[in-house]
Amino acid sequence: MTDATLAALPPSPWVELWRDFRRNRGALIGLGIVAVLLLAALLADVIAPHPPAEQFREATLRAPSWEPVDGRRFVLGTDPVGRDVLSRLIHGTRLSLLIGLVSVGLSLSGGVLLGLVAGFFRGGIEFTIMRLMDIMLALPSLLLAVAVVAILGPGLMNAMYAIAIVMLPHFVRLTRAAVIGELAKDYVAASRIAGASTPRLMFDTVLPNCAAPLIVQATLGFSTAILDAAALGFLGLGAQPPTPEWGSMLASALEFIQSAWWVVTLPGLAILVAVLAFNLMGDGLRDALDPKLKR
Amino acid sequence: MALLDVQDLTVEFGPEASPFKAVDGVSFAVDAGEVVGIVGESGSGKSVTALALMGLVDAPGRVRASRLAFDGRDVLAMRERERRAMLGRDIAMIFQDPMSSLNPCFTVEHQLAETLRIHEGGSRRALRARALELLRAVEIPDAERRLEAYPHQLSGGMSQRVMVAMAIACNPRLLIADEPTTALDVTIQAQMLALLLKLQRERGMGMVLITHDLGVVAEVARRVMVMYAGQVVETAPVPDIFAAPHHPYTEALLAALPEHNIGRRRLRSMPGVVPGALDRPSGCLLAPRCAYAQPRCVAQRPALDGVEGAQVRCFFPLRSRAVETTR
Repeated sequence: MTDATLAALPPSPWVELWRDFRRNRGALIGLGIVAVLLLAALLADVIAPHPPAEQFREATLRAPSWEPVDGRRFVLGTDPVGRDVLSRLIHGTRLSLLIGLVSVGLSLSGGVLLGLVAGFFRGGIEFTIMRLMDIMLALPSLLLAVAVVAILGPGLMNAMYAIAIVMLPHFVRLTRAAVIGELAKDYVAASRIAGASTPRLMFDTVLPNCAAPLIVQATLGFSTAILDAAALGFLGLGAQPPTPEWGSMLASALEFIQSAWWVVTLPGLAILVAVLAFNLMGDGLRDALDPKLKR
Repeated sequence: MALLDVQDLTVEFGPEASPFKAVDGVSFAVDAGEVVGIVGESGSGKSVTALALMGLVDAPGRVRASRLAFDGRDVLAMRERERRAMLGRDIAMIFQDPMSSLNPCFTVEHQLAETLRIHEGGSRRALRARALELLRAVEIPDAERRLEAYPHQLSGGMSQRVMVAMAIACNPRLLIADEPTTALDVTIQAQMLALLLKLQRERGMGMVLITHDLGVVAEVARRVMVMYAGQVVETAPVPDIFAAPHHPYTEALLAALPEHNIGRRRLRSMPGVVPGALDRPSGCLLAPRCAYAQPRCVAQRPALDGVEGAQVRCFFPLRSRAVETTR
């Protein structure tokens, strides 16, 4: 050690975050599953055994089995029109993650903007924004999503908009609360004295300090988005067939729940696992990022 | 001409009809290279005065003054952009709590460089060199490595030094230090004061030192302003005010110093607290707590008046004599 003259500087924040995150086994499992889902989504074209929309008319509703039939193997069985369930699930991962990414992205950016404005400009503007958010929170979230889709028209993109709108109040409130807490601190006054303009204060000085709760909420928001998208798909308001979206897969196979368990159970399980993974990861991130929960 | 000239500064909160005056008609001036102390207990309006000077009192607070001039320029009439350019470059401020006055998200270098960049600009290299120079000026050991440190990796004293470095970054002509030593250990306090004083002398800065510690003022300031409940109750040059306080409040503050209580079992203290918004007396604000209060003090409010080279807000100012040890 050549530079051990003074006590070594503590590790970088990233190392510290990883150290705290690693302590939580559930979070690690969540992270692992999320990584697998991510890989599946990226490599869907390569790893899926069949194209997701190809119908094998001679092999409808085949039960899951490792044995190949006519040289084709349907590991997780086929659906009522003979499409390979495994391939559809793998391609569905792509959609689910996309839905999570887009709706959380939209919701987060809109929520942060509104929350910053509400936190910085107390009074009339804040009141208007926050009461509007209260109204949105007063409506059941799925009902609100359904209403939004009813206005915009069914479809995957509109479902994502609807989910983004439903999640918006959470991000706005979180941002505003964090901003108000940070604004009371001297470093904000110091920055103002140093000549920083209001936009600079908002985005450069205060926002990075509000990041921790937002990261956690965004991760948890992923699972909400996936779940809501599946619900909308199930109701026929989200992704339209033949898109291999988990919720619409579930809906289209509902009548076979008695005779062919796999067409309903497997998409359901996929939703469950994905949501659980994001929730576990979100909880782990919260434990690692929240100073109040640190030992 | 005075560097900073404040006349009749008032900061009000609450309803327009019956406002609470956190700062009530405060006037003072600071010359270049002069150190002025503002002393008072909690709630006396010291910090609000400082914030008002820096234009940091937000709505619903209202700042008024018949004159607020820096270097002959009227700060109140300045446009927002002009004032922002002046703040930080010509007037800088140091806060009480070093732990919350640095942005926890950025390294020391980033924060120092930001202040420099806003007012002076320069290449990354040059900014880094300047930042390093500043850290050395505030006597931070191992300055190179501290550049990369985040605020939570610094001790309180170290953070306060970084704050001072940020404040003097653009060679301000006036430094407002709001209780710069209050949050620090006693051992560090002396170092901090010595550092501030050294920087102030080297750079010929005017300095407003806000504190509740008369000992600090005695060491550093040339003139002291004692505040009580938002008003200036006494202004006097430094050696005199310690030898011969004219206002009963100043006397009581001095009497509470441990040095004046040697041999006693308990420190002498002043009963009661500073009046708030709802219990403001109609006469002299100190009357309910004053040992010398007369009927006139309860009925009328005294004005600042010259007494033996000092300005005193009292109907019955104490005449020259040493601080009494018994009362």
